[in-house]
Amino acid sequence: MDKNRRNFLKVAGISTLAGLGAPAIVDRVISGKAGADVFASGGNGGHHEAEAPTHNEPAHKEEKSGTRYGLVIDTRKFHANPELGEKCVHACNQMHNIPQFPEGSKNEIKWIWLTNYENAFPEHSQQFRDKYTEDNKVLVTCNHCENPPCVRACPTKATYKSKDGITMMDFHRCIGCRFCMAACPYGARSFNWLEPKTVLPNPTNPDYPRRMRGVVEKCNFCSDRLVLGEQPACVAATGNSGAMIFGNLNDPNSEIRKVLKENFTIQRKPSLGTNPSVFYIV
Amino acid sequence: MIYNSGKIYTGLAIFVLFITFPIWYNHFDASGADQLKKELQKPTVSKECVAPAAEMKASHMKLLNQWRDEVLRDGDREFNVPVEGKMYQKSLQKTCMKCHTSKKKFCDVCHEYASVTPYCWDCHLAPVE
Repeated sequence: MDKNRRNFLKVAGISTLAGLGAPAIVDRVISGKAGADVFASGGNGGHHEAEAPTHNEPAHKEEKSGTRYGLVIDTRKFHANPELGEKCVHACNQMHNIPQFPEGSKNEIKWIWLTNYENAFPEHSQQFRDKYTEDNKVLVTCNHCENPPCVRACPTKATYKSKDGITMMDFHRCIGCRFCMAACPYGARSFNWLEPKTVLPNPTNPDYPRRMRGVVEKCNFCSDRLVLGEQPACVAATGNSGAMIFGNLNDPNSEIRKVLKENFTIQRKPSLGTNPSVFYIV
Repeated sequence: MIYNSGKIYTGLAIFVLFITFPIWYNHFDASGADQLKKELQKPTVSKECVAPAAEMKASHMKLLNQWRDEVLRDGDREFNVPVEGKMYQKSLQKTCMKCHTSKKKFCDVCHEYASVTPYCWDCHLAPVE
């Protein structure tokens, strides 16, 4: 066969055109088909969106199965009893061998702590505040979000969502990159800048480990207590006061759902779409 | 024929003996392992462990890693084989160290001999001695 430059260029040109044009044609054929589908089903364009629910969907008509642990914090009861908040924080610190670094320093380790109302709920109106929220602090902790940004940020899956809906930390796997701390909108995570052993030579709870330097830690809803049928340490510390109600949010007959049904509650930074599992009665 | 073959072969023999020193020294000196057995403190609380002793000796580290993953990832804390009719939690601090009450006289004895430094104790608490 005679191969000259002219013939080669012809073949090459046609091949290039076919190569570039084919995907466009294939796309067109497919989208044409899909368009026809939508048309055939009565223009139900929202069909796909309904399959993959958006996260901040306010109206969950059907009940979800499984467990999603949640917490209701009744700030009225904490206002009435100012020592109760400190008591909860102390109970948590003792339970989890949390080293006490100076308050406000970057070394501070916080699982549950007291903060000002305006810091806990910056999205809510701060004008003409009432006496109660101005004078009292709010108990805050990890929200164990239904859609946790920290879990998405973690490169090693050291933080993950357990089947109980708890946002868990696997300290063994944490590499200390602190992406989760940057991702968490609630500042619920603390980093061990210093070796905790140096501050806590005598651990308060011999059944719980300490952490090591370079690991991120946070509230775990006392998952080790839950399996033994006990309440989280902070909830147990409130005793019978009813200041904290812990339970399964997915169970419509649980006490926590009853409390949520009877009271007006707010979540922290709801507009972010993380769906916190911690609710506040203000 | 090698020049000075006598000296060369003797030198080689000495050299080979020298570099294999750690192997034959340890081979003939079995007192190290005997010493370990003496130092090792066996638990008095229970006669039975979660697995036979030989298996525990060989692969307790694998078992601990398996427990860690099952407890944390699957939320499965209950040990599924009863030991002397009792179920235990899969826990280093709450189960293992309740029988083996001395880290120094149990874990450390072999770990030091084998020159391994597991990072368990960076966070987990050894029983107070």
